[in-house]
Amino acid sequence: MATNNFKRVFVWEMPVRVFHWITVGTVTSLTITGFLIANPPAIMSASEATGSYWFGVVRFIHFLSAYIFFFNMLMRIYWSFVGNKFAHWSNFWPFNKKRLKNVLHVLKVDVLLMNEKEHDLTNLSVGHNAVAGFSYLVLFLLALVQVFTGFGLYADMSGWFLPKMFGWVVPALGGDFAARMWHHVTMWVMIIFVMIHIYLVFFHDWLEGRGETSSMISGYKFVRKERIRDPESITEQAVEKIEKEFEKETEG
Amino acid sequence: MFPTKKRDTYFESILKSGYSRRDFMKFATFMAAYMGLETTAIGQIAEKLQNTPRVPVIWEHFQECTCCSESFIRSDHPIVADIILDQISLDYTMTLMAASGHQAEAAKHDTMEKFKGKYILCVEGSVPLGDDGNYCTIAGRTAIDILKESAEGAAAIIAWGSCASNGCVQAAAPNPTNAVPIHKIIKNKPIIRVPGCPPIGEVMAGVIVHYVTFGRLPETDRLGRPKAFYAKRVHDSCYRRPYYDAGLFAETFDDENAKEGYCLYKVGCRGPMTYNSCGTIKWNNGVSFPIQSGHGCIGCSEDNFWDNGPFYERMTNMPGFGIESNADKVGKVAAVAVGAGLVAHGVVANVRKRRFLKTRITRGKENLQQLDVENNKTEE
Repeated sequence: MATNNFKRVFVWEMPVRVFHWITVGTVTSLTITGFLIANPPAIMSASEATGSYWFGVVRFIHFLSAYIFFFNMLMRIYWSFVGNKFAHWSNFWPFNKKRLKNVLHVLKVDVLLMNEKEHDLTNLSVGHNAVAGFSYLVLFLLALVQVFTGFGLYADMSGWFLPKMFGWVVPALGGDFAARMWHHVTMWVMIIFVMIHIYLVFFHDWLEGRGETSSMISGYKFVRKERIRDPESITEQAVEKIEKEFEKETEG
Repeated sequence: MFPTKKRDTYFESILKSGYSRRDFMKFATFMAAYMGLETTAIGQIAEKLQNTPRVPVIWEHFQECTCCSESFIRSDHPIVADIILDQISLDYTMTLMAASGHQAEAAKHDTMEKFKGKYILCVEGSVPLGDDGNYCTIAGRTAIDILKESAEGAAAIIAWGSCASNGCVQAAAPNPTNAVPIHKIIKNKPIIRVPGCPPIGEVMAGVIVHYVTFGRLPETDRLGRPKAFYAKRVHDSCYRRPYYDAGLFAETFDDENAKEGYCLYKVGCRGPMTYNSCGTIKWNNGVSFPIQSGHGCIGCSEDNFWDNGPFYERMTNMPGFGIESNADKVGKVAAVAVGAGLVAHGVVANVRKRRFLKTRITRGKENLQQLDVENNKTEE
């Protein structure tokens, strides 16, 4: 049986990876502290309020994580204009001919689990596939809901102009009750997103064996050698990178 | 009981009612403090009340329970009720005026014509729009009709209480009479909303005195509420706030923590979602307010507070998912369903793609064998 040869391709640049893990960290901390704020645990304590401030600390962590999450998100928006082709904003918009074809492929092969008669290499996306890309646009919109409702609720506690800018959100939604409810519901949608996201990373890694999981740590994915020859499918940057690596290896 | 030829100033009517100048100055100081003004404003208030003839006021009652009027006449300082409400009764207010029937209506129309564009219209209660407004009729006329007529010549409108500001209980789902607050009907007049069920008497007095003193309605927030009284959540000025920050909560109304006076957050207190000054001005001459009396805030000055139940739970119901369905319950069910779906997908994937996986695994093993062969060669 013939063995497939893979080439290492630099897909996720440093800012993309840093963005990913900061998002993981802040969303985790926001969810945990968010649950605590919504329903604090029962503590039967004889201590006086003067000696303790743990709930204030939980809230502080929530607000701090929110700021980090927000600025991290702004950085990613910037990077979607200056980053490589896999980080570009167009990855998240599937409504063109090429990407819609990919959507169809992903729905057939990955979601409905149909088997392909002929294995077409170009169907395997190097960066995000079209469905995944679109799901990140949805995630971005969910994050915006959280930013608007969150800063909206925070506005009256703050003297800084940034949260104050979102002061109109709460009245527009019909009061704190509604804003809190939407903040909470959207968090659940994000939890469900994370479940599906992690499952699909494992799914692709297991079925395609291209280093899907480790790519968010190292930045590299493995792409079939035949694919690299197709100039359409890869960036010049990546080709250069591969050539350099190749030179190093041959020298060594 | 009809307006006299020369209109008394506020100061003159205060003296006539038997108060001293000292009482008057105290009143001016109180008002400045409530409105959050600096001390120089005391003189300004006193001067205005001394020199301006009283502003004519028409006070309309529609779908309401009169708790706003009750709150107002019990406000902290007796002068408030005496000078304002007694004088108001000269013009028109159904519950407190001496005149009745055609006489009263005549007095109202007299004021409306004589002081066109100058009088303040106070409205207590919401207005039903359903069935041509027939759910609320006074003297054979619908509330919409009366409101539009009185609003026509008003300089400004004060919407007293949650009914006039938000619709309150009669606008709660399913809102059978299609009750709406005042600002949904009158669009071309300055309207200030003073929500609460009822609003605090001192707050009501503060709004009126501000109008008299400065000739305009006080500064409002985005929802048209006076900033001086509605800029902060009850939570922000609550004396139980330290317990909240310390994470000390009453779990039920009869546990040890409740007796300790811990925060009522977990038994559904709406203080963190409600904008009002209950924590600072308090009620019944500063005696207490709901949270101080051991009951959580129900958020009576917030839009739709009746529909954001249950009152004794932290999480509000999710619209569209039936009763007793908060975001957590819906979220848990959805997460479990999605999790089950993912497990099923994983199992089916391994079955459907078994041939593909098999070749991959075989190839991997062959490569390993080859590697061993190469390694052995180099070792030899």
